[in-house]
Amino acid sequence: MLLDFNSPKPIYLQLAEAIEDNILKGVFEENTQIPSTTEISVKFKINPATAGKGVNLLVDEGIIYKKRGMGMFVCMGARDRILEKRRQNFYKDFIGPLLEEASKLGISREKIVEMIERGNG
Amino acid sequence: MGVIEIKGLTKYYGKVKALDDVNLTIEPNKIYGLLGRNGAGKTTLLNLLTNKIFPTKGDITIDGHTVFENDELLGRMFYMTEKNLYPEGLRVKEIFKWTQEFYPSFDMDHANTLCEKFGLNANKRIKNLSTGYKSILKIITALASNADIMLFDEPVLGLDANSRDMFYRELLASYNRHLKTIIISTHLIEEVDEILEEVIIIKKGRVILTRSLERLLSSAYMVYGQCHKVDQYISNRKYTGEQTMGGFKSAIVMEDTRDEALAQKLGLEFGMVELQKLFIALTNS
Repeated sequence: MLLDFNSPKPIYLQLAEAIEDNILKGVFEENTQIPSTTEISVKFKINPATAGKGVNLLVDEGIIYKKRGMGMFVCMGARDRILEKRRQNFYKDFIGPLLEEASKLGISREKIVEMIERGNG
Repeated sequence: MGVIEIKGLTKYYGKVKALDDVNLTIEPNKIYGLLGRNGAGKTTLLNLLTNKIFPTKGDITIDGHTVFENDELLGRMFYMTEKNLYPEGLRVKEIFKWTQEFYPSFDMDHANTLCEKFGLNANKRIKNLSTGYKSILKIITALASNADIMLFDEPVLGLDANSRDMFYRELLASYNRHLKTIIISTHLIEEVDEILEEVIIIKKGRVILTRSLERLLSSAYMVYGQCHKVDQYISNRKYTGEQTMGGFKSAIVMEDTRDEALAQKLGLEFGMVELQKLFIALTNS
Protein backbone atom coordinates (compact mmCIF):
# COMPACT_ATOMS: atom_id res chain seq x y z
CA MET A 1 0.00 0.00 0.00
CA LEU A 2 1.54 3.27 -1.13
CA LEU A 3 0.37 6.86 -0.99
CA ASP A 4 1.71 9.54 -3.33
CA PHE A 5 1.94 12.85 -1.52
CA ASN A 6 2.70 14.68 -4.76
CA SER A 7 -0.40 13.45 -6.53
CA PRO A 8 -3.20 15.97 -7.05
CA LYS A 9 -5.61 13.38 -5.67
CA PRO A 10 -6.48 14.00 -1.99
CA ILE A 11 -4.77 11.63 0.45
CA TYR A 12 -8.03 10.29 1.91
CA LEU A 13 -9.22 9.23 -1.55
CA GLN A 14 -5.86 7.62 -2.30
CA LEU A 15 -6.10 5.76 0.98
CA ALA A 16 -9.62 4.50 0.23
CA GLU A 17 -8.47 3.32 -3.21
CA ALA A 18 -5.38 1.65 -1.77
CA ILE A 19 -7.53 -0.32 0.68
CA GLU A 20 -9.87 -1.28 -2.18
CA ASP A 21 -6.90 -2.39 -4.29
CA ASN A 22 -5.77 -4.62 -1.45
CA ILE A 23 -9.24 -6.15 -1.18
CA LEU A 24 -9.27 -6.79 -4.94
CA LYS A 25 -5.83 -8.39 -4.78
CA GLY A 26 -6.90 -10.54 -1.85
CA VAL A 27 -4.41 -9.00 0.58
CA PHE A 28 -7.39 -8.08 2.78
CA GLU A 29 -9.89 -10.91 2.61
CA GLU A 30 -13.60 -10.62 3.27
CA ASN A 31 -14.56 -10.80 6.94
CA THR A 32 -10.95 -10.28 8.04
CA GLN A 33 -9.54 -7.35 9.93
CA ILE A 34 -7.73 -4.48 8.22
CA PRO A 35 -5.25 -2.03 9.84
CA SER A 36 -6.79 0.52 12.21
CA THR A 37 -6.84 4.26 11.49
CA THR A 38 -4.19 4.59 14.19
CA GLU A 39 -1.87 2.17 12.41
CA ILE A 40 -2.56 3.84 9.08
CA SER A 41 -1.93 7.29 10.55
CA VAL A 42 1.43 6.31 12.03
CA LYS A 43 2.55 4.21 9.07
CA PHE A 44 1.89 6.91 6.48
CA LYS A 45 2.52 9.88 8.78
CA ILE A 46 -0.91 11.37 8.14
CA ASN A 47 -3.35 13.04 10.49
CA PRO A 48 -5.75 10.43 11.93
CA ALA A 49 -8.68 12.61 10.82
CA THR A 50 -7.51 12.16 7.21
CA ALA A 51 -7.17 8.41 7.72
CA GLY A 52 -10.64 8.34 9.29
CA LYS A 53 -12.12 10.22 6.36
CA GLY A 54 -10.78 7.68 3.87
CA VAL A 55 -11.96 4.76 5.95
CA ASN A 56 -15.44 6.23 6.53
CA LEU A 57 -15.87 6.59 2.79
CA LEU A 58 -15.54 2.81 2.52
CA VAL A 59 -17.83 2.26 5.50
CA ASP A 60 -20.52 4.36 3.77
CA GLU A 61 -20.15 2.32 0.60
CA GLY A 62 -20.56 -0.95 2.48
CA ILE A 63 -17.03 -2.12 1.75
CA ILE A 64 -15.74 -2.24 5.31
CA TYR A 65 -17.47 -2.22 8.68
CA LYS A 66 -16.46 -1.25 12.18
CA LYS A 67 -16.88 -3.52 15.16
CA ARG A 68 -17.00 -1.53 18.34
CA GLY A 69 -13.79 -1.98 20.30
CA MET A 70 -12.53 -4.56 17.83
CA GLY A 71 -11.48 -2.65 14.74
CA MET A 72 -12.38 -2.64 11.08
CA PHE A 73 -13.28 -5.58 8.88
CA VAL A 74 -13.91 -6.23 5.20
CA CYS A 75 -17.62 -6.73 4.42
CA MET A 76 -18.90 -9.89 2.77
CA GLY A 77 -19.38 -9.11 -0.89
CA ALA A 78 -16.98 -6.15 -0.76
CA ARG A 79 -14.91 -7.46 -3.63
CA ASP A 80 -17.93 -7.66 -5.96
CA ARG A 81 -19.08 -4.21 -4.91
CA ILE A 82 -15.68 -2.70 -5.72
CA LEU A 83 -15.54 -4.50 -9.07
CA GLU A 84 -19.00 -3.25 -9.96
CA LYS A 85 -18.15 0.33 -9.00
CA ARG A 86 -14.86 0.32 -10.88
CA ARG A 87 -16.44 -1.18 -13.99
CA GLN A 88 -19.03 1.58 -13.92
CA ASN A 89 -16.32 4.20 -13.64
CA PHE A 90 -14.01 2.60 -16.18
CA TYR A 91 -15.08 4.80 -19.07
CA LYS A 92 -14.87 8.04 -17.06
CA ASP A 93 -11.57 7.16 -15.36
CA PHE A 94 -9.67 5.55 -18.22
CA ILE A 95 -11.34 5.83 -21.63
CA GLY A 96 -12.20 9.51 -21.20
CA PRO A 97 -8.62 10.67 -20.48
CA LEU A 98 -7.34 8.33 -23.23
CA LEU A 99 -9.61 9.93 -25.83
CA GLU A 100 -8.67 13.41 -24.61
CA GLU A 101 -4.95 12.73 -25.01
CA ALA A 102 -5.54 11.06 -28.38
CA SER A 103 -7.45 14.08 -29.65
CA LYS A 104 -4.60 16.36 -28.53
CA LEU A 105 -2.19 14.22 -30.56
CA GLY A 106 -4.52 13.88 -33.54
CA ILE A 107 -4.91 10.11 -33.17
CA SER A 108 -8.23 8.93 -34.58
CA ARG A 109 -10.62 6.54 -32.82
CA GLU A 110 -10.06 3.99 -35.57
CA LYS A 111 -6.34 4.18 -34.95
CA ILE A 112 -6.90 3.62 -31.19
CA VAL A 113 -9.06 0.57 -31.83
CA GLU A 114 -6.39 -0.71 -34.20
CA MET A 115 -3.69 -0.21 -31.54
CA ILE A 116 -5.74 -2.08 -28.92
CA GLU A 117 -6.36 -5.00 -31.28
CA ARG A 118 -2.75 -5.17 -32.38
CA GLY A 119 -1.43 -4.87 -28.84
CA ASN A 120 1.13 -2.15 -29.59
CA GLY A 121 1.58 1.28 -31.24
CA MET B 1 -12.08 20.47 27.56
CA GLY B 2 -9.12 22.70 26.91
CA VAL B 3 -10.25 25.46 24.54
CA ILE B 4 -7.48 28.03 24.33
CA GLU B 5 -8.72 31.59 23.71
CA ILE B 6 -6.27 34.30 22.81
CA LYS B 7 -7.72 37.80 22.87
CA GLY B 8 -6.09 41.05 21.78
CA LEU B 9 -2.62 39.69 22.51
CA THR B 10 0.10 42.26 21.95
CA LYS B 11 3.75 42.07 22.93
CA TYR B 12 6.41 44.75 22.72
CA TYR B 13 10.11 44.18 23.33
CA GLY B 14 11.08 47.74 24.15
CA LYS B 15 9.83 49.64 21.15
CA VAL B 16 9.72 46.62 18.87
CA LYS B 17 6.26 45.18 18.34
CA ALA B 18 6.61 41.38 18.24
CA LEU B 19 2.90 40.51 18.34
CA ASP B 20 0.11 42.78 17.26
CA ASP B 21 -3.45 42.23 18.49
CA VAL B 22 -3.56 38.46 18.02
CA ASN B 23 -6.97 36.81 18.37
CA LEU B 24 -7.14 33.04 18.12
CA THR B 25 -9.25 30.13 19.27
CA ILE B 26 -7.38 26.86 19.55
CA GLU B 27 -9.72 23.91 19.75
CA PRO B 28 -8.83 20.93 21.90
CA ASN B 29 -7.46 17.65 20.55
CA LYS B 30 -6.32 18.88 17.17
CA ILE B 31 -2.88 19.15 15.63
CA TYR B 32 -2.03 22.73 14.69
CA GLY B 33 0.78 24.00 12.54
CA LEU B 34 2.06 27.43 13.58
CA LEU B 35 3.74 28.77 10.48
CA GLY B 36 5.54 32.01 9.84
CA ARG B 37 8.78 33.36 8.45
CA ASN B 38 11.81 34.06 10.63
CA GLY B 39 10.97 36.74 13.17
CA ALA B 40 7.22 36.57 12.53
CA GLY B 41 6.47 36.09 16.23
CA LYS B 42 5.95 32.31 16.52
CA THR B 43 8.24 31.80 19.51
CA THR B 44 6.86 34.92 21.21
CA LEU B 45 3.36 33.48 20.89
CA LEU B 46 4.44 30.13 22.35
CA ASN B 47 6.32 31.85 25.16
CA LEU B 48 3.21 33.86 26.00
CA LEU B 49 0.96 30.80 25.85
CA THR B 50 3.09 29.09 28.45
CA ASN B 51 3.51 32.20 30.57
CA LYS B 52 7.29 32.30 30.08
CA ILE B 53 6.89 36.00 29.32
CA PHE B 54 4.09 38.48 30.00
CA PRO B 55 2.03 40.21 27.33
CA THR B 56 1.97 43.97 26.94
CA LYS B 57 -1.78 43.70 26.38
CA GLY B 58 -4.37 41.00 25.98
CA ASP B 59 -5.36 37.76 27.60
CA ILE B 60 -4.97 34.00 27.17
CA THR B 61 -7.45 31.64 28.76
CA ILE B 62 -8.01 27.90 28.77
CA ASP B 63 -11.67 26.98 29.31
CA GLY B 64 -12.17 30.50 30.61
CA HIS B 65 -9.31 30.48 33.13
CA THR B 66 -6.36 32.76 32.58
CA VAL B 67 -2.97 31.08 32.10
CA PHE B 68 -1.05 33.90 33.78
CA GLU B 69 0.61 32.50 36.90
CA ASN B 70 -1.84 29.61 36.84
CA ASP B 71 0.30 26.65 37.90
CA GLU B 72 -2.50 24.15 37.55
CA LEU B 73 -3.07 25.03 33.90
CA LEU B 74 0.62 25.38 33.12
CA GLY B 75 1.13 21.86 34.52
CA ARG B 76 -1.17 20.57 31.79
CA MET B 77 0.98 22.11 29.04
CA PHE B 78 4.39 20.95 27.91
CA TYR B 79 6.49 23.32 25.88
CA MET B 80 9.47 22.04 23.94
CA THR B 81 11.56 25.17 23.47
CA GLU B 82 13.95 25.72 20.62
CA LYS B 83 16.66 26.78 23.04
CA ASN B 84 18.21 24.27 25.40
CA LEU B 85 17.21 25.34 28.90
CA TYR B 86 18.50 22.29 30.77
CA PRO B 87 21.57 22.60 32.99
CA GLU B 88 24.59 21.36 31.03
CA GLY B 89 25.95 19.29 33.90
CA LEU B 90 22.86 17.12 34.41
CA ARG B 91 22.47 13.63 33.00
CA VAL B 92 19.59 12.67 30.69
CA LYS B 93 17.99 10.40 33.31
CA GLU B 94 18.19 13.21 35.88
CA ILE B 95 16.28 15.48 33.49
CA PHE B 96 13.56 12.84 33.31
CA LYS B 97 13.38 12.64 37.12
CA TRP B 98 13.08 16.41 37.42
CA THR B 99 10.43 16.55 34.71
CA GLN B 100 8.42 13.98 36.65
CA GLU B 101 8.44 16.34 39.66
CA PHE B 102 6.57 18.95 37.60
CA TYR B 103 4.55 16.60 35.41
CA PRO B 104 3.21 13.84 37.68
CA SER B 105 1.81 11.91 34.71
CA PHE B 106 5.28 11.75 33.10
CA ASP B 107 5.74 8.21 31.80
CA MET B 108 9.25 7.04 32.73
CA ASP B 109 8.89 3.70 30.93
CA HIS B 110 7.86 5.45 27.74
CA ALA B 111 10.81 7.86 28.07
CA ASN B 112 13.21 4.91 28.38
CA THR B 113 11.63 3.13 25.41
CA LEU B 114 12.00 6.28 23.32
CA CYS B 115 15.66 6.62 24.41
CA GLU B 116 16.28 3.14 23.03
CA LYS B 117 14.43 3.88 19.81
CA PHE B 118 16.28 7.15 19.17
CA GLY B 119 19.58 5.77 20.46
CA LEU B 120 19.96 8.27 23.30
CA ASN B 121 22.16 7.14 26.18
CA ALA B 122 20.33 8.18 29.37
CA ASN B 123 23.59 8.27 31.36
CA LYS B 124 25.12 11.01 29.23
CA ARG B 125 25.45 14.55 30.48
CA ILE B 126 23.70 17.32 28.52
CA LYS B 127 27.00 19.04 27.68
CA ASN B 128 28.21 15.88 25.92
CA LEU B 129 25.17 15.63 23.63
CA SER B 130 25.34 16.75 19.99
CA THR B 131 22.85 19.36 18.69
CA GLY B 132 20.68 16.61 17.27
CA TYR B 133 20.64 14.62 20.50
CA LYS B 134 19.80 17.73 22.53
CA SER B 135 16.71 18.06 20.31
CA ILE B 136 15.99 14.35 20.77
CA LEU B 137 16.19 14.69 24.55
CA LYS B 138 13.68 17.56 24.44
CA ILE B 139 11.41 15.58 22.11
CA ILE B 140 11.45 12.52 24.37
CA THR B 141 10.75 14.61 27.46
CA ALA B 142 7.78 16.25 25.70
CA LEU B 143 6.34 13.00 24.36
CA ALA B 144 6.65 11.25 27.73
CA SER B 145 5.16 14.21 29.63
CA ASN B 146 1.61 13.06 28.81
CA ALA B 147 0.51 16.69 28.90
CA ASP B 148 -2.91 17.61 27.44
CA ILE B 149 -1.38 20.41 25.43
CA MET B 150 2.01 19.96 23.75
CA LEU B 151 3.82 22.84 22.12
CA PHE B 152 6.84 22.27 19.90
CA ASP B 153 9.11 25.06 18.73
CA GLU B 154 11.23 23.85 15.81
CA PRO B 155 11.27 20.29 17.17
CA VAL B 156 13.43 18.71 14.47
CA LEU B 157 16.28 21.21 14.53
CA GLY B 158 19.54 19.39 13.79
CA LEU B 159 17.88 15.99 13.45
CA ASP B 160 18.84 13.62 10.64
CA ALA B 161 16.14 12.35 8.26
CA ASN B 162 15.74 9.08 10.19
CA SER B 163 15.14 10.78 13.52
CA ARG B 164 12.78 13.32 11.99
CA ASP B 165 10.76 10.48 10.51
CA MET B 166 10.69 8.71 13.85
CA PHE B 167 9.63 11.91 15.64
CA TYR B 168 6.60 12.41 13.37
CA ARG B 169 5.55 8.79 13.84
CA GLU B 170 5.99 8.87 17.63
CA LEU B 171 4.08 12.14 17.78
CA LEU B 172 1.15 10.61 15.89
CA ALA B 173 1.32 7.45 17.99
CA SER B 174 1.17 9.55 21.15
CA TYR B 175 -1.71 11.62 19.72
CA ASN B 176 -3.61 8.46 18.77
CA ARG B 177 -3.06 6.88 22.18
CA HIS B 178 -4.45 9.85 24.01
CA LEU B 179 -5.95 12.78 22.09
CA LYS B 180 -4.31 16.07 22.93
CA THR B 181 -3.80 19.54 21.55
CA ILE B 182 -0.53 19.78 19.66
CA ILE B 183 0.95 22.97 18.26
CA ILE B 184 4.03 22.62 16.07
CA SER B 185 5.99 25.63 14.96
CA THR B 186 8.27 24.69 12.09
CA HIS B 187 9.86 25.85 8.87
CA LEU B 188 9.82 22.36 7.38
CA ILE B 189 6.30 22.69 6.02
CA GLU B 190 6.52 19.88 3.48
CA GLU B 191 7.42 17.44 6.23
CA VAL B 192 4.48 18.22 8.48
CA ASP B 193 1.65 19.18 6.16
CA GLU B 194 -0.01 15.76 6.13
CA ILE B 195 0.13 15.58 9.92
CA LEU B 196 -1.64 18.87 10.51
CA GLU B 197 -5.36 19.35 10.86
CA GLU B 198 -5.32 23.12 11.38
CA VAL B 199 -3.01 25.86 10.17
CA ILE B 200 -2.17 29.23 11.70
CA ILE B 201 -0.04 31.58 9.62
CA ILE B 202 1.50 34.64 11.20
CA LYS B 203 3.25 37.45 9.42
CA LYS B 204 5.03 40.34 11.10
CA GLY B 205 3.31 39.74 14.42
CA ARG B 206 -0.21 39.40 13.04
CA VAL B 207 -2.27 36.29 12.39
CA ILE B 208 -3.06 36.48 8.69
CA LEU B 209 -4.83 33.15 8.41
CA THR B 210 -6.26 30.40 10.57
CA ARG B 211 -8.16 27.58 8.93
CA SER B 212 -8.35 23.81 8.67
CA LEU B 213 -5.76 22.51 6.24
CA GLU B 214 -8.46 20.91 4.15
CA ARG B 215 -10.44 24.15 3.87
CA LEU B 216 -7.30 26.10 3.17
CA LEU B 217 -6.15 23.87 0.34
CA SER B 218 -9.61 23.78 -1.20
CA SER B 219 -9.85 27.56 -1.17
CA ALA B 220 -6.96 28.01 -3.60
CA TYR B 221 -5.75 26.38 -6.78
CA MET B 222 -3.07 26.77 -9.43
CA VAL B 223 -3.78 27.81 -12.96
CA TYR B 224 -1.13 27.56 -15.65
CA GLY B 225 -0.54 27.84 -19.35
CA GLN B 226 0.31 30.54 -21.87
CA CYS B 227 1.28 33.81 -20.24
CA HIS B 228 -1.29 36.20 -21.70
CA LYS B 229 -4.05 33.62 -21.35
CA VAL B 230 -3.29 33.18 -17.66
CA ASP B 231 -3.31 36.97 -17.31
CA GLN B 232 -6.72 36.99 -18.91
CA TYR B 233 -7.98 34.32 -16.52
CA ILE B 234 -6.74 36.02 -13.37
CA SER B 235 -7.52 39.60 -14.43
CA ASN B 236 -10.59 40.01 -12.21
CA ARG B 237 -9.78 37.32 -9.66
CA LYS B 238 -7.89 37.33 -6.38
CA TYR B 239 -4.52 35.74 -7.04
CA THR B 240 -0.98 35.52 -5.71
CA GLY B 241 2.37 33.83 -6.31
CA GLU B 242 2.70 34.48 -10.04
CA GLN B 243 5.60 32.76 -11.76
CA THR B 244 6.65 33.11 -15.36
CA MET B 245 9.14 31.18 -17.46
CA GLY B 246 9.37 32.26 -21.06
CA GLY B 247 5.84 32.31 -22.41
CA PHE B 248 4.60 30.07 -19.61
CA LYS B 249 2.95 31.36 -16.48
CA SER B 250 1.41 29.94 -13.33
CA ALA B 251 -0.52 31.67 -10.57
CA ILE B 252 -2.32 30.72 -7.39
CA VAL B 253 -5.98 31.78 -7.50
CA MET B 254 -7.63 32.35 -4.13
CA GLU B 255 -11.13 31.05 -4.67
CA ASP B 256 -13.07 27.82 -4.03
CA THR B 257 -14.40 27.00 -7.45
CA ARG B 258 -12.55 26.77 -10.73
CA ASP B 259 -13.95 28.32 -13.90
CA GLU B 260 -13.66 25.17 -16.01
CA ALA B 261 -15.41 26.69 -19.01
CA LEU B 262 -13.11 29.70 -19.22
CA ALA B 263 -10.01 27.56 -18.67
CA GLN B 264 -11.04 25.27 -21.49
CA LYS B 265 -11.66 28.23 -23.79
CA LEU B 266 -8.22 29.64 -22.98
CA GLY B 267 -6.47 26.27 -23.04
CA LEU B 268 -5.35 26.50 -19.42
CA GLU B 269 -4.81 23.75 -16.89
CA PHE B 270 -5.51 23.53 -13.17
CA GLY B 271 -3.44 22.05 -10.39
CA MET B 272 -3.65 21.61 -6.64
CA VAL B 273 -1.64 23.97 -4.54
CA GLU B 274 0.56 22.63 -1.77
CA LEU B 275 0.70 24.20 1.66
CA GLN B 276 4.33 25.26 1.25
CA LYS B 277 3.67 27.07 -2.05
CA LEU B 278 0.64 28.78 -0.58
CA PHE B 279 2.63 29.74 2.49
CA ILE B 280 5.42 31.29 0.41
CA ALA B 281 2.92 33.23 -1.69
CA LEU B 282 1.02 34.50 1.35
CA THR B 283 4.04 35.51 3.40
CA ASN B 284 6.24 37.08 0.72
CA SER B 285 6.39 40.75 1.47
